[in-house]
Amino acid sequence: MKYILLFALLLPLAGHAADTDVTLQIKDHRFQPAEIVVPAGKKIRILVENLDTTPEEFESHDLNREKVIAGHGSTTIYIGPLPAGRYTFMGEFHPDSAHGVITAQ
Amino acid sequence: MFATAIIIFREVLEASLIIGILAAATREIPGSRRWLLAGILAGLAGAGMVAASTDAIGALADGIGQELFNAIVLGVAVLMLAWHNIWMSSHGAQLAAHAKTLGSEISDGRSECSALLLIVGIAVLREGSETVLFLYGIAASDEGSRSAMLLGGLIGLLGGVAVGYTIYAGLLRLPLRLFFAATGVLVLLLAASMASQAARFLIQADLLPSLGGPVWDSSGILSEQSAMGMLLHSLVGYDSHPAGMQLVFYIGVLVAIAVAMRWVGRVRPAGIAPKAAV
Repeated sequence: MKYILLFALLLPLAGHAADTDVTLQIKDHRFQPAEIVVPAGKKIRILVENLDTTPEEFESHDLNREKVIAGHGSTTIYIGPLPAGRYTFMGEFHPDSAHGVITAQ
Repeated sequence: MFATAIIIFREVLEASLIIGILAAATREIPGSRRWLLAGILAGLAGAGMVAASTDAIGALADGIGQELFNAIVLGVAVLMLAWHNIWMSSHGAQLAAHAKTLGSEISDGRSECSALLLIVGIAVLREGSETVLFLYGIAASDEGSRSAMLLGGLIGLLGGVAVGYTIYAGLLRLPLRLFFAATGVLVLLLAASMASQAARFLIQADLLPSLGGPVWDSSGILSEQSAMGMLLHSLVGYDSHPAGMQLVFYIGVLVAIAVAMRWVGRVRPAGIAPKAAV
């Protein structure tokens, strides 16, 4: 219960603006672009659009993120602020083809 | 096929471990097997529904519906695990004392069983919905390797179930007093681990500050993709890049439940279980 209350208290904070927006597409089980450069030290909002008919799971151990995107769906993932560096991500449902890297600089 | 087996194994592992630990922890409670089964079936049905409404859930609350859903579901599971452990710390001794003759003497055994149903249902629901989506993706594709991939999925499923069964069978072999201490500690760690995961989803949704990006990066020492990393992640919530807020949730829940268990009392200090006279 206390968690639910906590969410309720925090809801007004939702959606406060990220510093940078980035769009990422999934097509034929690949990320486009496969390489994204973002500013270090800023909060980033990634808009992910899945153009495939099948679902995909955006997963990054480096960024500690995990989110399912339905076929023909889109979603928002917040990351950062990141220290400068390279952060890999992948599509867990298609690990053979879906790879990408975010460079913070 | 191998990659598919690994993916399904990972999804199944966590639910399987939770079921194995709880099946062992509630073995003396009358009727717990039926509730366990009901939880698994309800979880599977729920998984199908959640998978089918992924898009709708994801679109809620400006695109952070999935995180909110996961965090709330995990929060409920944490509360139920806490309830289970606190309940066991007051009834465990009783259960141990007249394990076989107990019958319906424990008046609130029923609410304990509903907690069991919820925990198991939630575990299957969460991990199951991703498995359903993944398998749907395979089934909908027209790749020639479809049957090989489905076979891989089956192998992964059986592998995950086997690990859960192993921990169940292992726990049952323990002497009774050690058994209560061990299941108590495992459930405590599961709760803390789920609280940390809930925090991670709230950070991902930008509802909570991360309190320091990754506090450490131990992926070089123990990757979460390695077998041991996967097992520790599912069992004790190992995270190779935890945010500060995750640690706050993990430790907060761990301490809160442990204190409540002591307070409810008659519980022996976990871990210092005397050599059981069984």
